[in-house]
This record gives sequence, structure tokens and C-alpha cells, in this order.
Amino acid sequence: MKIFVHGVGVLGPGIDNWQSCQRLFKEQCLYDDSMTPNPMPSTLPANELRRSSDVVRWSLQVAQEAVQHSQLDPKTMATVFASSGGEVGILHKICQSLDCSAPMVSPTLFHQSVHNAAAGYWSIASGSQHSSTSLACYDSSFEGGLLEAAALLSTDQEELVLFATYDVPAPFPLYETRPLIAPFAIAFVLGKHALPVSVSMLDITVLSEHNAKAPTAMLQTSLESLRLGNPAARGLPLLHTIAKNRTTSIFFNYLENPQLQIDHQPCQPFLD
Amino acid sequence: MTPLYFGYSTLVSSLGRGKQAHLTALQEQQSGLRPCEFEGKTLPTYMGMVDGLDEISLPSNLSHFRCRNNHLASLGLQQDGFEDQIAEARRQYGAQRIGVFIGTSTSGILETEHAYQHTDHDTGRLPAEFIPRGRYTQDSFSVGHFVREYLQLTGPTAVVSTACSSSAKVFAAASRYIETGLCDAVVVGGVDSLCLTTLYGFSALQLTAPGPCRPCDAHREGLTIGEAAAFVFLEKSPRNGKQQTTVFLGYGESSDAYHMSHPHPNGHGAILAMEASLHSSRLSASDIDYIHMHGTATVANDQTEDRAIAAIFQNTTPCSSTKGWTGHTLGAAGAVAVVLGDLFLQHGFLPGCLNASTVDPSFSSQVLLHNQERPIQHIMSNFFGFGGNNCTLILGRHA
Repeated sequence: MKIFVHGVGVLGPGIDNWQSCQRLFKEQCLYDDSMTPNPMPSTLPANELRRSSDVVRWSLQVAQEAVQHSQLDPKTMATVFASSGGEVGILHKICQSLDCSAPMVSPTLFHQSVHNAAAGYWSIASGSQHSSTSLACYDSSFEGGLLEAAALLSTDQEELVLFATYDVPAPFPLYETRPLIAPFAIAFVLGKHALPVSVSMLDITVLSEHNAKAPTAMLQTSLESLRLGNPAARGLPLLHTIAKNRTTSIFFNYLENPQLQIDHQPCQPFLD
Repeated sequence: MTPLYFGYSTLVSSLGRGKQAHLTALQEQQSGLRPCEFEGKTLPTYMGMVDGLDEISLPSNLSHFRCRNNHLASLGLQQDGFEDQIAEARRQYGAQRIGVFIGTSTSGILETEHAYQHTDHDTGRLPAEFIPRGRYTQDSFSVGHFVREYLQLTGPTAVVSTACSSSAKVFAAASRYIETGLCDAVVVGGVDSLCLTTLYGFSALQLTAPGPCRPCDAHREGLTIGEAAAFVFLEKSPRNGKQQTTVFLGYGESSDAYHMSHPHPNGHGAILAMEASLHSSRLSASDIDYIHMHGTATVANDQTEDRAIAAIFQNTTPCSSTKGWTGHTLGAAGAVAVVLGDLFLQHGFLPGCLNASTVDPSFSSQVLLHNQERPIQHIMSNFFGFGGNNCTLILGRHA
């Protein structure tokens, strides 16, 4: 499946946006994860922003950045939102409020608890009435989401897909069931055809177990820990390849047996 | 889209185990709904509960998946010979060529609700035995992972979680994965089980009816929550040259872009999904013999859906909701409606709106109150979820 990357957004500890991520990879700086951002995406109205979950703020921040980078109209985009844990903070609050003799659930928390809450807020903010799919594949959520986005484009269902993948650590005690190392989020505006804004072309294939290769790792230990410590950060090798503007093939674990291969080809000349 | 054939299908709900139990309950107008007593709590509403889930034991190699939702999934897979049929299909296609796409809204959250009730008073920690099982129970991917392991399939797998449209959207995903050659065949399904989160959550939104739900009724008072598991095996050609089978013909997906928990008043998002499904199946509105409504029986949902249906079909095509039988099975509602649709097509049966006595006088569509028996060729099914997530599917009878 051949698709084009028209825009990129990223957010993580020490990575404020795609520009800072590119700087990190291009200049081979030492990764400093001491500062975790506190995103306030301007696309959310102030009243929604006030009561929004971390998951909504992180996912909408990268979605907004990718769309701005692409200079395309978000109203024309379908969405694929992939997250392993989804609204873990909201689930924690609901489980707490049910643990008493008079259980109750706040109506606001309840509608915020669905796995597709972030995608719902995005569609309201962007005004897009296109298809929206929210999915989960545990540690393969990045890979599963990318495949779904590519399948939407390859079957002519959509011309443009905003793909966001994100996970934030759950609060204690739920945290112990899934101890993610840090919050992380990535978004891409993907399209079927090359545009003047296109950054890269990706050719995605699912490999059978006979052809499986070791997944592409990050060279810096701290970045490799991040890649392994949050399902959304499994996309780091793709960000690295895009930043380096290289024609190369990279490999991703996808579920237990199959593997994902992405052949990357830059669309823009190397500018620096 | 390229039509996909129903190799096999099955379901479990409060109406019983397997397709025959459902057909009988539909024909005899037996509802599966009863007063809501769950987990020692009594709520002023009804529910559609599947009996016997606590007594189920999973195969020992899969015991870490134990929770109400996966028990329900395994009970579903055991009906209508489904698991044996998939074992045969696995030998035919190869395990890695068969995908698994399951819809759920709450996965095994009940297990986490239990764990929070047993946190350690001193440390605040969840029970030690639960911590490693979070991945296999509460996690959203749990039921997809479980079905994949249970059926020993290794193809592409995902859990779609878009609230009440979840297991309708897996049919759309399956179509795309087959069309792009990522899979040769797909097990699609929906599994959602009762939990306090949804019972208290819908109650807090004042959307649960005090009695059994009455879709499209003038005096409807809200929905009844149910639980169910339903599965379909989709493939590119009719199995064993079968003369008579159900075919998945088209789908449409859209967003309301309006509100998190209220449908758009004029049903614009629903209309987009219905029109896209007609386009995808290369059919026109006049080809549709029956519309299987989402019909949750909340005041707003049914009113919006009526407007959307009337905008496309005027009042010429019969429509109804089956929620009066099964309750609203949330993330499983898509797959449940599809397997019921399979029964309607194969048995020439149109259901009425069980529990409804007078159609809302403001409605313009042709709502069926009573069952009818006559051959039908094409069914449209609607699904709308929180977040304004809409999906419409079209099924046909291949003869």
C-alpha cells in the first residue's frame, strides 16, 4: 500500500513538536527527557479544554500540528485514532466513584470515557463529517492504526486521513497494570496522492513470519527505552527516517507473528 | 465494495444461545429484558442479561483472559458450530490469512471495577493477582486478543471501539483488509458485557427507561442496556457453492461533528452514512426492503433516526428496531443486528418494534409495530455512537 505523508505532529518528554523532533534526529543531540510538555491545543474551545482529559489534550495537540504542517483543510479528512489504553484517567475516576455503598458515575465523565472520545472532540472542533475509526491493538496500536489508515486510502474510501496515535500513563493504582514510561503522541496527515506539501512516500507491507526481520531500533538508549515504553512511541523509527530524509526500509513488530515493513522515500530534497 | 459472503454466523444475547433461539424468540415475541439486578445492585431500570456467564471456564491455556466479556465471547464462539467451522476454514486458508476484527465499548472493565473494590487499604494498590491480568481483561484489545488465540488465528487483528457503532465498523474494516489483500477472510464480531460503568453511566445521563425499552413509541422513556456476543465469518465467495446465503454488500461511515452524546437534530451525519452505504453497495433507496433501525428508544435517537430515514426513503420502506428484544448491546449492537439481519433475510421475516404500542405521531417513516413474514432481498442497518460516530451497513440475500 503506497501512501503519502503530508504533515507530521509529535509530542513527548523533551519533544515539543515536529521541529524539535527533527532537530533531535538531524543534529544527533543527546535526548533530554527531563521536561514533559503540558499541551493546550487551541483547537479545543476554552470550556472543553478546562475539563478535557490528558488523552484528549495530547492527541488533539499532535493532530492540530500535523494538520497545520500539511496546510490542508481538516474538514476534508477522515480520522483514525489508535490508542492502547484510551481514556485511562477517566476510567480510573469512574472505578473510584463506583467503589462505595452509593455508586454513581458523573454524566460528563461517562461520555468522556469512551475510547473514541478524543476522535469525537476532534470531529467537533474540526467540523469533519468524514469517517472516524478509533481502535486498539495493545503494543501494536501504532502499527494497527497505520494499517487501517493505509487501507482507507488504498480502497478509495478517503483521499486524506488524519492518523493519530497516543497513550498516556494511567494514574495509580491502575498504572501498575500498564506501567508506561511517559506520555507520547504522534499524528500524520496521510494521502493517496503526492501533493506539493508531501514530505514522504511510504510503501507498507505486512510480512509473513518467514520473512520477519528484527524491528528497527533507536540508537540512543533513552530513545529506545521510550520506543519500548509507550505503544505510540513505536512510531519513533518512522519519525527518525522522515527527519533524516532517507530512502530506506524500516521494520515494526505487529502483533505476535506478522511484521510490518515500511519502505520510505523522501518527497522533498534534503534542505540542510 | 466487492460483496462478501457470510460463511458462518452466530450470536448469544439475553434471548438465548445461537441463531435458532433468537429466531424463535423473535417469532414468538419473547423479550429478553428483565428488571435490573446486577452485582448485588438494584437499579430502577431493565437489562438484557446473558445467564450463566459466571459459570464458564475458559480453556486452561487462556485462563488469564477470564472476565465477563471474554466468557461471553467464548460462549458466542461455541454456538452454531462456529468454532469448529473456523477451525476448518483455518486449515483451508492458513491461520495468518484470516483476520480478526472485534468491536467492543467497555471490554472487561467490570474486572477493574472489582479490582478497585478490593484495593489494599494501606497501600492503595490493586490486588496483586489482578495486576498482570489487566492486559487480558480490562484492556481494550483484550477481546480481540482472546478471540484470536481461542480460534488460533494469526492474521491482522484489531479492536474497534467507537461506542455503539463499534461492531458495525468492523465490517467496514474487514472489507478493506480483504480488498487490499491483507486478508483472504475475516472473523468479525462484537462483544459487550454488562458492567456498573455503563449501567450507572447511562442512568446518570437519564437515558435508561424505568421499564423495558419501547423503540419508536410515542411514550418511550429511554433505553435498556443489554449484553451480547455475535460473530460472522466473511469470505470472498459463497462457501461450498451454497445456493442461499447472506451477503455483506456495502457500508457508509460518517461523523456528526456536533456533540459528544447528543445526535445532530436533523440527522445530517446519519443521512451521510446511509447515502454512503447505498453508494458503496451500488443500490438505490428503492432497492431496500427493510431498515433495521439503531432505534435505542431514547427520545432523541429515535426522533433523529426517523428524520434521517424519512429524508432518504420518505415513508415507503418499513423500518423497526429490535432493541425491545435484546436491549441495547452497545459495542456488540452492530454484529448482533447483522446476525439478526441474516435471520430476517434467510427466513423472510420482518420484526416489529417489540413493546411499542403507538408510533410517535411526529414520525414520518413507516415504523413496523408487528412482525411480518415475507421474502426480502436487501436490508439497511443503522448504528450511531457517542462522539457522533455513525455507520450504516447493507446486507443482501444471495440466491
